[in-house]
Amino acid sequence: MEPIRTHKGIVYPLNRANIDTDQIIPKQFLKRISRQGFGQFLFYNWRFHNDGEPRKEFSLNDQKYKNASILVAGENFGCGSSREHAPWALQDFGFKVIIAPSFADIFYNNCTKNGILPVRLTEEQTEKLINNAESSTYSITVDLENKVVYDSEDFKATFDLPDYQREMLLNGWDEIAVTLTHDDKITQFEEQRILK
Amino acid sequence: MGKPKTIIEKIWDQHVVHQEDGKPDLLYIDLHLVHEVTSPQAFEGLRLKDRQVRRPDRTYATMDHNVPTIHRNVIKDEVSKTQMETLKKNCEEFNIPLADIDHPDQGIVHVIGPELGLTQPGKTIVCGDSHTSTHGAFGALAFGIGTSEVEHVLATQSLWQARPKTLNVKVNGKLGTGVTAKDLILAIIAKYGVRFGTGYVIEYTGEAIHSLSMEGRMTVCNMSIEAGARAGLISPDDTTVEFLRGKRHAPQGADFEKAAAEWKALATDEGATYDATVEINADEIEPQVSWGTNPGMVIPVSAQVPSPDDAETANEKDAINRALEYMGLEANQPISSVHIDHVFIGSCTNSRLSDLRKAADILQGNKVAPNVKAIVVPGSHSVKVAAEQEGLDVIFKQAGFEWRDAGCSMCLAMNDDVVPEGERCASTSNRNFEGRQGTGARTHLVSPEMAAAAAIEGHFVDVRKYSVPTA
Ligand code: SF4
Repeated sequence: MEPIRTHKGIVYPLNRANIDTDQIIPKQFLKRISRQGFGQFLFYNWRFHNDGEPRKEFSLNDQKYKNASILVAGENFGCGSSREHAPWALQDFGFKVIIAPSFADIFYNNCTKNGILPVRLTEEQTEKLINNAESSTYSITVDLENKVVYDSEDFKATFDLPDYQREMLLNGWDEIAVTLTHDDKITQFEEQRILK
Repeated sequence: MGKPKTIIEKIWDQHVVHQEDGKPDLLYIDLHLVHEVTSPQAFEGLRLKDRQVRRPDRTYATMDHNVPTIHRNVIKDEVSKTQMETLKKNCEEFNIPLADIDHPDQGIVHVIGPELGLTQPGKTIVCGDSHTSTHGAFGALAFGIGTSEVEHVLATQSLWQARPKTLNVKVNGKLGTGVTAKDLILAIIAKYGVRFGTGYVIEYTGEAIHSLSMEGRMTVCNMSIEAGARAGLISPDDTTVEFLRGKRHAPQGADFEKAAAEWKALATDEGATYDATVEINADEIEPQVSWGTNPGMVIPVSAQVPSPDDAETANEKDAINRALEYMGLEANQPISSVHIDHVFIGSCTNSRLSDLRKAADILQGNKVAPNVKAIVVPGSHSVKVAAEQEGLDVIFKQAGFEWRDAGCSMCLAMNDDVVPEGERCASTSNRNFEGRQGTGARTHLVSPEMAAAAAIEGHFVDVRKYSVPTA
């Protein structure tokens, strides 16, 4: 997993609440057996008509957001199915940071295991970012070391995430390798349970 | 005597392998269920790092999401086929028991776990699937995980988990005749919203919960994720114990009695406290129908579809407008006036034998309305066989339903069972998201009884009209 410390990028605003993982990546694209190549299917039913023509009215098709790498959305982002294809698709499309007032638990975890930084800001703060990004090409910086988000003008907000997940993201750790250093404890636990 | 504890705290404390300041706990996992969609990348990850599956004996796999429900062995979609073959290969390579498409134990992963007695009180159970919460009905701590976590559990039989907050959902009173566990959980989510459970493990308590059968409890716990909770569970009682007696993977003989005593001791202690509590009165609940595009957009069958004018915020107004448009509904339209094109009885929420029995009761002697296409998809191969032994298949077929083989089917339409664009389906599944049953498909969540009644009349109708005992 790629470490992530500070990221500066263009904001793509998606002002909807309860965006579920079925929207992020519809089920017809879950059949691949690798982790790569899901970006082309991101928000598929919102981005494309049935015949594959892009829907002009959907904002992600707007040239302005072509190089966006920070997604800002409404509350309860990533609810529904546990499919990790959702963060894979977001990442493959180019998103490195997702900002929302709240996230579904499984999605939040899935992000941190893939080097995507999920940032919880308040409703007012996300609205501000959304407004700014809707009116012009708008960049912000997300600094994970200091847990702060800022733009080149007057926006500045702090955020929180659990220390453990922060460390993982900052260092790009392989979690299984970390756990395997506790292998003896797992074995001990298993032995005690059999005795019981 | 120590401090009174909830069942959630008891199970947690029994499974902590390692604790360290500033870190989540390392939690031991007793049972890991696997299916074909969320596992291939996990096995690939193991292979890339030359890692083994630590406890194949605590792992159990099946195929459910992609499998065809007619012409079982003709899998037209090459990619589906590859996914199923990949699971088979992975299970062989890593020595994991697999109920594949031809196996008598095959079925939806959350239906077969309880059926085989793999699901037991006090266990920690995970699966790369958000509806793993279903197994909580037995007083197990069961939750959905992502594919990276699947890989982690395969390699280490453990997971790093932050201790969850506890939420008591207390259901007072009793459900009325014709009102089911499905209506109850839909009503709870309608009342408290699609994220009131976020960050919590729910324990469902109260008279109405403990009066439910195990099947009803599974329906309730199944949809915990639709309230944002990762897990939902119910303290074990006599109903739990009797369900498990004689199940293949449950302890047998004297061991069973010993286990039963331990299971019952897991129940939440008198006087234990939760981080939060919400309440609902069961007697006030009517049969429910979802009208919108998330499982909180639900109304009683006697009600009207909401109007954007009812919204309290601009965002809410937007959401109602978008949902009405997607669903092809008018504001303030009575939900009972909505005509349907499809009926789907199935999914891990409502495809067990008792669900099929209840739907068949309504259908007996009736016919599906013209222009309605109706299918029943049993949750497992054994449910199918048991239903056929009782003649339920005949009732369904005579009414005009198609009788299919077991799988997830039209719950998420990854196989050929798809609702066409713009068409409307009364479905016993758990998610009414845009496109869930097919691109542009319109889903209304209901109980099996309500689905059967809607099939007969061609539109939504209060099923209690059918279940009133005749004098
Ligand atoms: S029946 Fe539906 S909700 Fe249940 S496991 Fe299958 S796809 Fe998921």
